[in-house]
Order: sequence, then C-alpha cells, then structure tokens
Amino acid sequence: MGMVFDIRRYAIHDGPGIRTTVFLKGCPLDCWWCHNPESQSSQPELIFRENRCIGCEACVAECRNEAISFQRSAFGGQRSTANGLPPPVTNRTLCQVCGECAEVCYAEAREIAGREMTVAQVLAEIVSDIPFYDESGGGVTFSGGEPLLQREFLLELLRACKTREIHTTVDTSGFTAWPVIESIRPYTDLFLYDLKLMDDEKHRRYTGVSNALILSNLRKLSKAGQAITIRIPIVPGINDDEDNIRRTGEFLTCLPHRHPVELLPYHASADGKYSGLGKVNRLPGTVAPSGERMQMIAERLRSFGLQVK
Amino acid sequence: MSTDRVCKLRQQSLDARESLSSERAELLTEFYQQGSGLVSTPVRRALAFQHLMAHKTIYIGEGELIVGEKGPAPKVAPTYPELCCHSLSDLDILDTREKTSFKVSPKTRRAYEQTVIPFWEGHSMRDLLFHEMTPEWIAAYEAGIFTEFMEQRAPGHTVLDDKIYHKGMLDFKADIQRSLRSLDFLNDPHAYAKQEELRAMDICADALMRFAERHAEKARELASVEHDSQRKSELERIAAVCEWVPAHAPRDFWEALQYYWFVHLGVTTELNTWDSFCPGHLDQHLEPFYQKGMQTSEVSEDFRSLAEELLHCFWIKFNNQPAPPKVGVTAAESGTYTDFAQINLGGVRPDGSDAVNEVTYLLLDVIEEMRLLQPSSSIQVSKKNPDRFVKRAAKIIRTGYGQPSVFNTDLIVQELVRMGKSVADARCGGSSGCVEVGAFGKEAYILTGYFNIPKVLEITLHNGLDSRTGRRIGIETGDPAQFQSFDELFAAFERQIRHFLDIKIRGNNVIERLYATYMPAPFLSLLTDDCIAKGKDYHEGGARYNSTYIQGVGMGTITDVLAALKYHVFDQKTLAMNEMLAILAADFEGHERQRQMLLNKTPKFGNDDDYADDLMRRVFEMYFQAIDGRKNMKGGEYHINLLPTTVHVYFGSVIGATPDGRRAGTPLSEGISPVQGADRHGPTAVLRSAAKMDHARTGGTLLNQKFTPSLLKNDEGLDHLVQLVRTYFKLDGHHIQFNVVDAATLREAQRHPEQHRELIVRVAGYSDYFCDLSQALQDEIIARTEHERF
Repeated sequence: MGMVFDIRRYAIHDGPGIRTTVFLKGCPLDCWWCHNPESQSSQPELIFRENRCIGCEACVAECRNEAISFQRSAFGGQRSTANGLPPPVTNRTLCQVCGECAEVCYAEAREIAGREMTVAQVLAEIVSDIPFYDESGGGVTFSGGEPLLQREFLLELLRACKTREIHTTVDTSGFTAWPVIESIRPYTDLFLYDLKLMDDEKHRRYTGVSNALILSNLRKLSKAGQAITIRIPIVPGINDDEDNIRRTGEFLTCLPHRHPVELLPYHASADGKYSGLGKVNRLPGTVAPSGERMQMIAERLRSFGLQVK
Repeated sequence: MSTDRVCKLRQQSLDARESLSSERAELLTEFYQQGSGLVSTPVRRALAFQHLMAHKTIYIGEGELIVGEKGPAPKVAPTYPELCCHSLSDLDILDTREKTSFKVSPKTRRAYEQTVIPFWEGHSMRDLLFHEMTPEWIAAYEAGIFTEFMEQRAPGHTVLDDKIYHKGMLDFKADIQRSLRSLDFLNDPHAYAKQEELRAMDICADALMRFAERHAEKARELASVEHDSQRKSELERIAAVCEWVPAHAPRDFWEALQYYWFVHLGVTTELNTWDSFCPGHLDQHLEPFYQKGMQTSEVSEDFRSLAEELLHCFWIKFNNQPAPPKVGVTAAESGTYTDFAQINLGGVRPDGSDAVNEVTYLLLDVIEEMRLLQPSSSIQVSKKNPDRFVKRAAKIIRTGYGQPSVFNTDLIVQELVRMGKSVADARCGGSSGCVEVGAFGKEAYILTGYFNIPKVLEITLHNGLDSRTGRRIGIETGDPAQFQSFDELFAAFERQIRHFLDIKIRGNNVIERLYATYMPAPFLSLLTDDCIAKGKDYHEGGARYNSTYIQGVGMGTITDVLAALKYHVFDQKTLAMNEMLAILAADFEGHERQRQMLLNKTPKFGNDDDYADDLMRRVFEMYFQAIDGRKNMKGGEYHINLLPTTVHVYFGSVIGATPDGRRAGTPLSEGISPVQGADRHGPTAVLRSAAKMDHARTGGTLLNQKFTPSLLKNDEGLDHLVQLVRTYFKLDGHHIQFNVVDAATLREAQRHPEQHRELIVRVAGYSDYFCDLSQALQDEIIARTEHERF
C-alpha cells in the first residue's frame, strides 16, 4: 500500500509525450515555494475549500470530535455561504482527519488529501492511457512529495510498469540514501532531478535540509549513465540571483555527463491550497518571474553549454 | 496573402447584412399561376427550375472572378414558399428577432402580402406535412420529443463526387438520352414515370446551361463599358469561362471552380436542401487542374497566386449565402446563418492510398487566410496521412476559429462499408453537414430529425405523462416507484423509446413519400448516381444508396441521469424513487445538498469510469437496435448518428430538472460530449469514455473539446494535439473538434459583444460567431469543461 494524493492524466510537463503523473504523499524537504503543500506530510490531511461550501452543516453533525463549528454571529465583510452563514471553522487540534466530514460534504468543499492505494489500484489508472503513451512516446511519472520516500511501493509500481513496456519517469528531490536510488534505477527510464540552490546555507534555510546528499547523488546518477533532466524552480528573490545560476551552471558542467535543463517558473497558484490546509504560505505576495527574466536565466545557463528548455 | 480585390470582397461579405428576397418566391408564383399545361410533376418541377434560372437576377460584383449568387446579391436569401410559406408575422419576426435575423424590406413584405401568401398559404409542403401527421406525431413533436427536418426544408444533405470535373451538362444530357432510349414501354410498368423523370432532368441540364450563358452575356455587357483594361479582360475571361462550363467538362482550374459554383447554385435554387450542398473532396478534385496549371504556365508562381486568388473568391461565394430563413422549431434546432457546406481535405483516394497533396496544403492556407464562417472545413485523417497534414490543420485550430474539424477516415470507410457501400464508394465518401457520413455523389442520406433521449426518460419516470404539460403522450410503462430494480426501469425506458421512435419512423415514411410524390428534385437527381440510369428521382430512391438517419441527442445527459438513478436509487439507496421525483419536481429548490450529491458524488460519463460508461453503451445499444436496419421508403435503411447542431438547448428547455443535478430548462449535453463540467479527469479520460461507444455502427458522432489557448502555444502543444487526435482515432473515434478559447474571453464577449463581433467559436459540428448565438447557447459553451492542464 502507498499514500497517494493525486493521479493526473494527460500530464504533459513531466517528461516526454502524454503521461500520467502519480503524486506520492510525503516529503523530507520543506521548501518555502512548494506549490503542492498537501504533498509534504505523509499523513492524510483535510483540505477545506471555502468557496464551495453551501453551508448545509452536514459536516458539523457528522464530526465525532466536535472539531467543526459555524459561527453564528454576523461577521462584517466575511464571505458567507449559500445559507447566509459564514463558512465553518475547523479546529485542527481536535480534528482526527477521519474523513467522515468529507464523505458527507456533497459540495466537495471538504476533502481528504491522501489515500491509501494498492499497487493494483494505481496501476489500473496508469494502464488506462496506454494508447496515448504509445502514440506520443509518453508514459508514467512518479512525483510527489518525494516518491522515493515510499521506496517499496514505488519499486513495485516501476517494476509493474516496465513489465508492461510503459516508459517510467521519477521526479525526485534526490534527498535520499544512494542505495534507494540505486535500487529503482534499473526500472526508471528517466529521472527528473530537482536542483534548487547551490549555497548549502540557503538550501538549509529554504528547504530545511542540506544539499550535500542531493549533489552527491546527482553526481553518482550521472556517472551511472542514467538519463536525467535537471529541473530548476526559479523563485524570485531566493534562487534567481546570478551567484546561484552561475554555480548551478558550473556544477552541471562538471558532471560526468551533460543533462538537459528545464526551468520551472515559480507560480503563486498554491496560495489557496495553503489556507485550505490551515498552513501558512511563507512567500505571500511573491509574483511569478517574468518571461524576460526566465529567458535571461536560460541564456545564462546556455552560456555554460547546457541545453535549456 | 490576399490581394486587394479579395480583401474588398471579403470585407463586403462580412459587412453585408442578411436580408430576405422575394424574387424566387415571386418567380415561382408567376410560373405556377401561368400553369404549365399537361405535364407530369417532375417535368413541372423542372420547368419551374428552368423559369427561375432563366429569370432570376444575374449578379456580377465589382472585382469578382467567380460569379453567381443564390439571391439577387450577396447575403440576400431567397425563399421557398412551395416548402414553407412564411406568414407576414413570420416576416416581422425574421426582420426584428435578436439572433439570425433577416432584413425584410417593405417591398418584399408587400410582394408576400399581395402575391406569394395568397397563392401558397395552406398549400406548401409544410402545410401538407403537418396535415398528414397523426395526432400522436403532433403531440410528440409539440412536446419536444423529436424535431422534423423536412418541415421547412427539403431532403438534400448531400455531397458531390468528381463527376462534374469530367462531364459537362451536354454529357449528362447524352446519358439521359441513352437512358430514355432504353426504356421498355412494353414490359416495364415504370417506363412512363422514368421517362418523365428523365425528361425533367434534361430540362434541368438546359436550365443550368442557360443560367451560365446569362452570366456570360452579363459579363460581356459589363466588359463593353469597362474602362479599366485589366478588369475588362477579366470580365471577358469570366464570359469565356461561363460559355464553356457547365456545358462542357472544365479544362482548367478556373473553369472547375466556376462549374462547381453553378452546380451549387442550381441545387440550392431548385430546393432549400438541408445542409446546402458540398463539393466534397475538393483537394482531390482540383489536383489535376492545379498540376496542369503549374506545368503549363510560364511562371508557376504566378499560377499558384492565381489559383489562390480564385480559391479566395470561391470561399467568399460560400460566405455570401446565409442559410435561408428558419422559423419555429427549425430555427431552434439550427439557429445559425451557416448553411453547412463542408469541404473535405485529405483522407484516401478510391484505391485507398494517401490523398493528401499540394492542393490540400493550399486549401489549408486559404482556410486560415479567409477565416470565414462558410464554407465549413474538415480534415479527413487516415493513418496513411502524414503528421505534417494534421499538424498544419492544428495550427489553424489553434487560432481559435473552430475549423477545421477532424474526422477519422479509416473509421468512416468502415462505417460506410457496414452500411452496404462498396469499398471504393466508401473511400470516395466522407463527412458533411456536421459529422454525417455518406458516399459522395452516390447517396441520398437524409437526416430526418433530432430525437430527445433524456425527455423520453422523463416521460418514463412519469409513466407516460409529459410532466411539463400534464398531457399523456407516452405509453404506460409502470409506476416508477414500484420498480424493484434498475433493469425494470431500463426496460420501461426502452419500451417508451421504441414507442416514440415508431411514431417518428411512421411520420418519416409518410414524409419521404410526400417528397417523392409532390416535390421531386430532378436537378439534384441528375448529379447523383444512379438516378439517370434508373430513371428515378433522388427523393424516390434513385440514388445508388439511400439512408435515413435519426439523430440521437443528449448522450452525456442520459448517461449521467441513468447513472444517478442506478447509483442512488437502486445501488446505494441514498434516495427512494419518490424522493428523487419530489426533488426534481421542486427543481432542487430547498434541496441544494442533494443536488450537490447528484453532481459530485455520482459516477459521470467522460471520466473513463465504467460504471457510467457501461450505461452509455447500454443506451447506445438500445437506440441502435431500435433504429438500425429498419426499412425506409426508398429501398434503403435507417441508421443512427449522434449530433445536436443547436437542438440541445431547445431540447433542454422542454425538460424539467434531471437526476444528474441539471436544473429545469437548461441545455442538455451536446453530441457525445460529456455533460458540461462533468468531465474532471482531463481529455484522455474523455476520449477513453467516448471511444467506448461503437462508432463503427453509427453514421457519425460529434465530440467537442475545449482547450485554453496557452495549451497550444508552442510546437510541443501542437504535437500533443496531433497525438490526442491520432490516439482517439486509433480507438475508432469518429470525429473531434476543438474550441481553443478561454472562458474569460467568452465572458468578456458576452459583456461587450460590440468589441467581439469577429469572435468565432465551435458550436456543434460547425462554427459560428459567438455574438450571434443565443444567450443560453453562449452560456452552454462557456460551461463546457476547459482543459488547461495539459
């Protein structure tokens, strides 16, 4: 069994062709710019989407822990639900994330991110789009979170896919023990390998961990002759400075093999997700880098002889 | 690039306001008033056609290279009082209605009042048709169970093959003479009828030649007073072209286009045929003329420019012809100016080889450059066609103009062969109208009306009553609250479907005979194999193949409705049948929570979920079994297809709230697309669901997909679109079309129509100006799920 928080078909930005991306839940990193905050915890989490709430109060009646309440006093300026009530408040210390409120929330305002799935269940979703993979040279991508955190589950899925001649891609932070990577390598056609910050201190500050292991794993993986695409999120004010870009370029040119680079511009679309999870967005008000800025960074990396998309 | 001439003509076509002309109606009335002596019906119709072609206004516009208009001028629509005699109040409605209006001048109104109405009122085919229908038919028609295609327009809906490119009217006349000589008056009881039909065809051939000759005369006359030497020589060339075709087979590119255009005008002047008339595989037909031009001209680039300019002029001609005015239910089911001429590109040749050629790409350039509503265009994609072809078309689709639509040739051949065509005839076939298939030049494939599948379920849920009117129009199939299983409900639904289809088919069979008896079409017949050889009219079974279609509507809605009933009433038992019916009767008022459950916690079609998709297959099978293979009155068979034009809005307006969470009166799903907003797993899941239908046993299905422009902005996006299409076709999907426009743009256009008059969207098998659509249809298009995730 594995903990999956989303399966998206027709994913076309996670490797070649038309793909299905399976998002595994749980991540050892804690990046400030994370656009999938529901991927971080390995446990199921409650998401509340205020704009969908119709104020039917079914959740209040269903909750055994009395964690949900509707504030009946009129709030000035607060958005109200279809019943004219302000939206419910969930006390997350009382909430046990049992998911029963989500079951009865027909408007899908309450949802549990993360569900236990068997290999067979995930595989059933993956094989549905085989004709599209065949036509487009696509396949499956395992992303997260950090998929390597669920090594056994991932390994089984990868093996099952390879048995079926499905192209496999693993989207990883690289923050894991080398033997873990080594064990899945025979069943992985392509790694999407994230490279966030070259400065270790900054890396620790903005992701919560050191980059030493990530860089060393990348070197080993490159040396092994593995197909890798380097993915760099460009987050304004954090890693888009000349120093970081230069050091990234230098590092990549020193690897045993050259690997193509993809730049992923930061986008602010996750803001609603943070509030829906009751989490704090540590980059409020950060705006996406301009197309021009992205072009400049791409050009800078190309000046190292790298292939940048 | 467009020349100045083309820019002017195009702008003129865009700017001209649609108006109505009484010329055809007056000429026809004059002809019938004079009387034509002791002649048979086909000959009388041919003489009427001859009278029209000999006296209608000849229009040659400034700068035109291809000449001829259906009305007296561009965008001026003739009327067909023998089919539908508009009343004065119809004219007032046409003049003033907000959408698809036609200007009616006081002079036209007067002509109608004094000449046309007094003669035709109560004597049109429309009057006759309604008079001959049974009370059950009328009740079902009024309830919105089905529509009737022939109540204001004639059967037609057909496409030409390559015959006019090697045969002039004189050659057709020779064929007619041969057929006449072979008549056996001693043994064949039909010899006289055949003789009259053949004589009628012969008169029609003369009439078309005279029509061309009149254009030649007019061009010579204009040339004689023309001061500009270049225009003078153009007019002389036009005259020479019109003196040669259609009498003889065309010799060059210009003559080929002009010939087709005369034939197009002939067919659409003879009668107001559904879906106009179409040139079919134009790229294949023009290829030899193009190659010859390229080889024989001194500078091949000059020839290419000329060919392109002629094609631009040709395209504008189609755009000048709004579909003749429609009123009542016909206006509701087909609320558009589009007259549905569809040009097929690509596909395969009669020998099965790849048909994509240089002219295919030239025509794609023309489509992109002209960006006109009409003619409609489609690419016919075979596995043998190169990706370059599909990708070139995808580049046009990306511009958000809804054209060309995309068809699966290999499947169409399979569909046509299943319906009895020879392999070669099937390969020469393709799609026309919205998505309907036929063997071009050899088949009468008549669409007879839309069938409101979800409405029949609503009636089943009320044991035969129409809950909107309280009238009993169906049979009693049992109190739904007493059904012990979903299968019982489905069996009742099936009985009700068969009941209404029998009513529809009985009506169709009478209407087919009415047209065969009173309204033969000898000109269209002369163009259709094997009418000359058989001496039989197109309406009588003269064509080599004769198919009758009934178009099912609301496949997405009915699937979701049945899924909701099965899941919540029978499987999960979250709602008892009576509770469900009470909630629906209240239109969910006070039951928003249950509505959300029905919307969000129920299996839905379009998500590759077998629970729902199996029900779609079951409905498909039931509908197919109830129709396919039944005999029509022309020696052919009934078949099904699944498309809606704009009728899903009208059909939705006659249905109350439905168990899928749909509110009363709102549109149904269109074609075989999922219910608007119900597909939540992206385009591949939609295609997988849609491909679970056995398209090979239909005569056409329609699938709409909406993408945001950002998805297709780069080359990779285009590749993915091509791959999506190729995969859907590998799974034996019939057709797919794309709207590449975001919802925000559409909402903005709703707010400020004046700033978005040029915005074209895909509706259902055709494109239209967004601002010309009814508000309900605009909302429906916005509600279609937008795939932006790619």
